[in-house]
Amino acid sequence: MTAYIVRRLFATLPVMAVVALFVFFLLRFAPGDPAAIIAGEDATAEAIAAVRAKLGLDRPMVEQFFVWILQLLQGDMGVSIFSNLAVTRLISQRLEPTVALTLSTLFVAVALAIPIGVVAAWKARKLVDRLVMGFAVLGFAMPVFVLAYILIYFFAVQWQLLPVQGYRPIAEGLWPFVECLILPSVALGVTYMALIARITRASMLEVLAQDYIRTANAKGLATDRVLLLHALKNAAVPIVTVIGIGIALLISGVVITETVFNIPGLGRLTVDAVLKRDYPVVQGLILVFAAAKVLVNLIIDISYAFLDPRIRY
Amino acid sequence: MLKRILAGAVALVVPFAAAHGQAQEKVLRAVMHADVRVIDPIWTTQTIASIHGMLIYDTLFGNDANLKPQPQMVGKYEVSPDRLTYTFTLRDGLKFHDGTPVTTKDVMASLKRWGSKDGVGIRLFSYVVKQEAVDDKTFKMILKEPYGMVLESLGKSGSSVAVIMREQEALTDPQQQVKEAIGSGPYKFAKEQWVPGSKAVYLKNKDYVPRPGNEPPSSFAGSKIPGVDRIELVWISDPQTAMSALVNGEIDFYEAPNNDFLPILAKAKGVKLMMTGKIDGTQGMIRLNHLHPPFNNVKARQAMYHLINQEDFLRAIVGNPEFYRVCHGLLTCGGPYENTGGSAFLKDYNPKKALQLMKEAGYKGEPITVLFTTDHNTITPATQVLVQAMREAGLNVDAQSMDWGSVVSRRAKKDPPAQGGWNIFVTTTGGVGASNPVLHTWIGAACDKGLFGWPCDPEIEKLRNAFAFAQTDEERKKIATDLQTKAMEQVVYIPFGQWNTPLAFRADKIDGVVPNTGLAVLWGITKK
Repeated sequence: MTAYIVRRLFATLPVMAVVALFVFFLLRFAPGDPAAIIAGEDATAEAIAAVRAKLGLDRPMVEQFFVWILQLLQGDMGVSIFSNLAVTRLISQRLEPTVALTLSTLFVAVALAIPIGVVAAWKARKLVDRLVMGFAVLGFAMPVFVLAYILIYFFAVQWQLLPVQGYRPIAEGLWPFVECLILPSVALGVTYMALIARITRASMLEVLAQDYIRTANAKGLATDRVLLLHALKNAAVPIVTVIGIGIALLISGVVITETVFNIPGLGRLTVDAVLKRDYPVVQGLILVFAAAKVLVNLIIDISYAFLDPRIRY
Repeated sequence: MLKRILAGAVALVVPFAAAHGQAQEKVLRAVMHADVRVIDPIWTTQTIASIHGMLIYDTLFGNDANLKPQPQMVGKYEVSPDRLTYTFTLRDGLKFHDGTPVTTKDVMASLKRWGSKDGVGIRLFSYVVKQEAVDDKTFKMILKEPYGMVLESLGKSGSSVAVIMREQEALTDPQQQVKEAIGSGPYKFAKEQWVPGSKAVYLKNKDYVPRPGNEPPSSFAGSKIPGVDRIELVWISDPQTAMSALVNGEIDFYEAPNNDFLPILAKAKGVKLMMTGKIDGTQGMIRLNHLHPPFNNVKARQAMYHLINQEDFLRAIVGNPEFYRVCHGLLTCGGPYENTGGSAFLKDYNPKKALQLMKEAGYKGEPITVLFTTDHNTITPATQVLVQAMREAGLNVDAQSMDWGSVVSRRAKKDPPAQGGWNIFVTTTGGVGASNPVLHTWIGAACDKGLFGWPCDPEIEKLRNAFAFAQTDEERKKIATDLQTKAMEQVVYIPFGQWNTPLAFRADKIDGVVPNTGLAVLWGITKK
């Protein structure tokens, strides 16, 4: 297993190199010019050219690429063209809100989706099952921002139970931290809840039809033991796979939720940086996202071995 | 019930909550039109950088709500009888946030940097022979000609304000951003708390010595008495969220609420809408590229006037007539130099005539490239109206959709449209700048050295210059009328109206909000 993990970690290096290459050149080939944005509305073409020269953006693209790669190898992601702050500082400032939102969303989604998926499978084709599946369809169909505005309207504006927007770090206290995450987690979590509930139901239905489940029932084992110990554990691999995909999607897919709830996370940083053509920030973020996805995939692969003893690396 | 459950939960976790001294602090939370991303208001012309700059820096003069320059850092000043020498003496007690006194070295270096970057500053410094320090508090500015707008330029509002930095920052190349934001203004920038894209924090400068007399704020003039302990410029990019946050009392001040939400805000408990100053607003403009066909022909440019019905644009952008105004001139309507010079061009909406004039100018149905901004709350609908009008008239429009960042980059290209250039883009400008022929850079026609579109007419430039040397207000008004007539004739740009966005704030929580004249005035706001 250790050898496998080391091999997989080494395999990430060419992946990251390809990502770096693509992100750098795609950004440069895309229309837009940070110098023009910096110079502002009333700047002349000459003023824009002067800013571009000072930023080094008039140098050959290949030269700019190698300068950046050299910086990266020294652990330096560069400096934001606009704020003059280190990209590492900008990313670390935004990491906590995104990780907090991702984990709280997963918590909400997993904690509710797995039980309702199990119950739906257990009561297959009955009213409970139909309700769960109806909810799943609704969860998929409703865009996150629509649900977000509905939640804000009722829970924040009308009943004033929770804040409309913002993020408070956990260092400022547990409740301020939690209250800012409740609405965003629910809004974002519903889609994932629907996805995980459906997969859980499908996977459980398959397992519940197996002979050993019939034997367990015939032996007179309690239903909860059959469902949780015998069925769910064996149905876990596809569920974990979906949760893993969910984590990867969440890390880079929280943009809309972060925008609507004004959470200063990585998603918003990415959108802002793309719109402003803040090249170093976009490049740094894409590398971080790529690394996160590779890491999540690795963790999921390793977890298979623990869930299913037949899987060996 | 739900409320009780939540209250119970709060009681459970209260012991975990960190006790913050902020409870005693008076904090103003303001959502501005943009996010503070740049800390150098000279390096960029972005308005938000100037708002940031005016919190932490001070200026020698500040133009008041009537655009009259009033001394700010300057205690007294003299102008020589030949109007060639200005002698300025700084007020007592001025200190930077690091505790060092403000000296003439800092002032002269700051003005020099500003004078080599900002359009108004460049114009002023083209007449400055030298700046000369008499001592640490007094310096002279010596001119080669009696330029008439020295004080107005030093006190200008809007973008690239003539802020005074420490000499060490002021010596930075104007094409590079300063690394530190240490001024002598009423608030200090808390750089370590700055999260670009989220919030910028300003702390009260307890050592600030305001102008004596406890004068109320009037745009950039008046005693700048810091009203709260801390100002947080919070960036909420989603307008609906910002509106809900104001209604919910999570923010105190919303600089530029979306027009669609004004009826909701007007009815919200505790929220007040305040119209900005009479000339503070936005003017819409359609810029034609004078370098390439068909608009290198003045007849084709004038043909475009006949496609413009300003009401169509203003209804699409603003909707409520209370907040917009039809204005057929280039100099701000409602401003001191509003006039009717050349406005007849815009009073004949006639698409057939437009097409006829285009044909007479040699247009044979070639595609006209319009840079179509897709992500701007006013420019996007305005471009839609324009493209529709052009198509209905029978013009062949090549509308190229792109985000505003791409438009900003593309419009700087002088290549022909087929090779990555353009024919038309739509933009806006501020009403305060557009009210004065010298400050209004878009009215210029300085050919290659001018703004995108590159209109070229020496007479227009001559008139702008003459305005700055005029001795009387009558003379200025006459020049302004001649200038607008000529600029309309040459079609430096096509205006499509003016509009104002009211300020929205929690009247039950804050006091001291004053109408803008160029920039939001935050330093005088107090918390109840």
